[in-house]
Amino acid sequence: MEKVSRVTGIAVPIKQSNVDTDSIIPAEFLKRVTKTGFEDALFYAWRQNPDFVLNQPRYAGAKVLVAGPDFGTGSSREHAVWALRDYGFRAVLSSRFGDIFRGNSGKQGLLAAQVAEEDIQRIWSLIEATPGLEVTVDLEARTVTVGDFSTAFEIDDYTRWRLLEGLDDIGLTLRDEAKITEFEATRAGWRPRTLPVK
Amino acid sequence: MSSSDNGAHRRGRTLAEKVWDDHLVVKGEDGNPDLIYIDLHLVHEVTSPQAFDGLRQAGRPVRRLDLTIATEDHNTPTVNIDKPIADLVSRTQIEALRTNAAEFGMRLHSLGDIEQGIVHVVGPQLGLTMPGITVVCGDSHTSTHGAFGAMALGIGTSEVEHVLATQTLPLKPFKTMAINVEGALRPGVTAKDIILAVIAKITTGGGQGYVLEYRGSAIRSLSMEGRMTICNMSIEAGARAGMVAPDQITFDYLEGRPHAPQGQDWVDAVEYWKTLPTDDDAVFDAEVFLDASELEPFVTWGTNPGQGVSLSETVPNPADITDPNERASAERALAYMDLEAGTRMKDIQVDTVFIGSCTNSRIEDLRAAADIMRGHKKADNLRVLVVPGSARVRLEAEAEGLDQVFKDFGADWRFAGCSMCLGMNPDQIAPGERCASTSNRNFEGRQGKGGRTHLVSPLVAAATAIRGTLSSPWDLENLVADEAIANGAVN
Ligand code: SF4
Repeated sequence: MEKVSRVTGIAVPIKQSNVDTDSIIPAEFLKRVTKTGFEDALFYAWRQNPDFVLNQPRYAGAKVLVAGPDFGTGSSREHAVWALRDYGFRAVLSSRFGDIFRGNSGKQGLLAAQVAEEDIQRIWSLIEATPGLEVTVDLEARTVTVGDFSTAFEIDDYTRWRLLEGLDDIGLTLRDEAKITEFEATRAGWRPRTLPVK
Repeated sequence: MSSSDNGAHRRGRTLAEKVWDDHLVVKGEDGNPDLIYIDLHLVHEVTSPQAFDGLRQAGRPVRRLDLTIATEDHNTPTVNIDKPIADLVSRTQIEALRTNAAEFGMRLHSLGDIEQGIVHVVGPQLGLTMPGITVVCGDSHTSTHGAFGAMALGIGTSEVEHVLATQTLPLKPFKTMAINVEGALRPGVTAKDIILAVIAKITTGGGQGYVLEYRGSAIRSLSMEGRMTICNMSIEAGARAGMVAPDQITFDYLEGRPHAPQGQDWVDAVEYWKTLPTDDDAVFDAEVFLDASELEPFVTWGTNPGQGVSLSETVPNPADITDPNERASAERALAYMDLEAGTRMKDIQVDTVFIGSCTNSRIEDLRAAADIMRGHKKADNLRVLVVPGSARVRLEAEAEGLDQVFKDFGADWRFAGCSMCLGMNPDQIAPGERCASTSNRNFEGRQGKGGRTHLVSPLVAAATAIRGTLSSPWDLENLVADEAIANGAVN
């Protein structure tokens, strides 16, 4: 996983609450078996509308998504994060995220920054007022900066550390492999097994 | 949640805390997550291919094949299952699962196999889902398994890879919320109506960060099928999981199933399971109360599962909603659903009735629907799809003659799978079509692009199929009476 410390780029306002993962990527795209190349699937249904923000030239090449509350609710599909990442997004700002979506983001190097609702509104008006205005999300400092406006965001320490270090989950866990083996030795006989014991 | 080790006096623990504590491999320090052992890993074709790809890339094996089981469900067709899957992409995904299962040595129940079915129907049916265990699956409705008093979590594909490789997950402790449902349900009101009412009350974000424990006399008197319906939709309230404490109903359901413990193991297990219910002096982080005796058959009008009302009510007016985000969301939902505020829910005509999905496709659900349909015909200009949750449920239903009831009624009786719950297979609704569905999600386009979904119980689905408009079994008594009057049998 690539290290993430600071994201600077064009920001797109998605002025809606409850953007669920079905909207971020419709189920039809879940059929793919690859882990990349999902950029065409992002907000597929909404992008059929020529007025949808992502279709506006001023937001081309955007790296930051600024969304209403409860972003990424619903289905656990990690494809939602891959689609955002493949499209070029490196950070998403919202006042509240779906739990599974937030977890998935941290594992894929997408920075899910929790920003107060009134600050989200402020950022929306700033980026809408000035085309080309860049937003900087600084993970070291935990701040979002847009022009003269700057505010703090929340992200849990563990996810922040992993993003900063670019750490892979499995490798981290396997450092405790001896403890896993020890735990397995204590498992009661009644616990489920899908196969006959070897 | 892991509250036990910091205070001088140790307070009682909740069910969720007990299960958590018993699976702690490494306690997280300094705000790091705990490392939790996973007893059972369920796998299906949609969220696993990339996880196996990851293992392959890193040269890692599956750590515990004996705790892992896979089935095909999301993409499987529900007709002509002996033919090759027509849709190339669906076929590719299923073939990827088959290849991965063969390569890694994982147990897989493929289309046509007697144990094939929706992953959340198959686990309990085999007796693999049991109290006091941790269950994960790359699917948000894994919460279903919490009905047994298991900690059951939906996970993403990276986490699927993590569990395949390590049989553990790094997890942050959750908060606990008690959902107390007291009183007796009126006839015609079911577990589905309870959970739709709970979500309407606490909203789709209300459970965020919580494990919900459903408690109270109304929950205690539910069958395992009903408890699964409730826990299934915990995720629609934003919760990480839902649980019901195990009791005699749980043990009776499990005993004798293929993977249930046997002999001394069964005795040990039951003894342990009896220690799991929440202690009297335990404290929940939040509590919600609901009076079951006041509930009516429930139905959604909008595009998230929290946008629901009793069937006797009308489509709400967004202008009455004070929260601006909620109001905007309601306006948008009504536009998408093509509904006008003030319309009586019962006047809404539907084109399709879908009975199925991991929420309501177990034998009890099919029996309930069949009881309503028996001796009736479906309304004209409406199609009815009945899709059992697993191949075994299908067989069981056929042994009871339910398939004949459905066919006589005019319904399509299909093979097992997720089907129209999300329309990854050819079972979809057309743009603009309106569906009364026993599934769990009414999101825009969920059942097919431009399709409109009303979430309902199997009883409401069946009554709706008879009348052609959203209806509850309560309306049916009138209909039966009306018919009888028309036939001159009563005056
Ligand atoms: S039936 Fe629906 S909700 Fe359940 S696992 Fe299948 S797609 Fe998901």
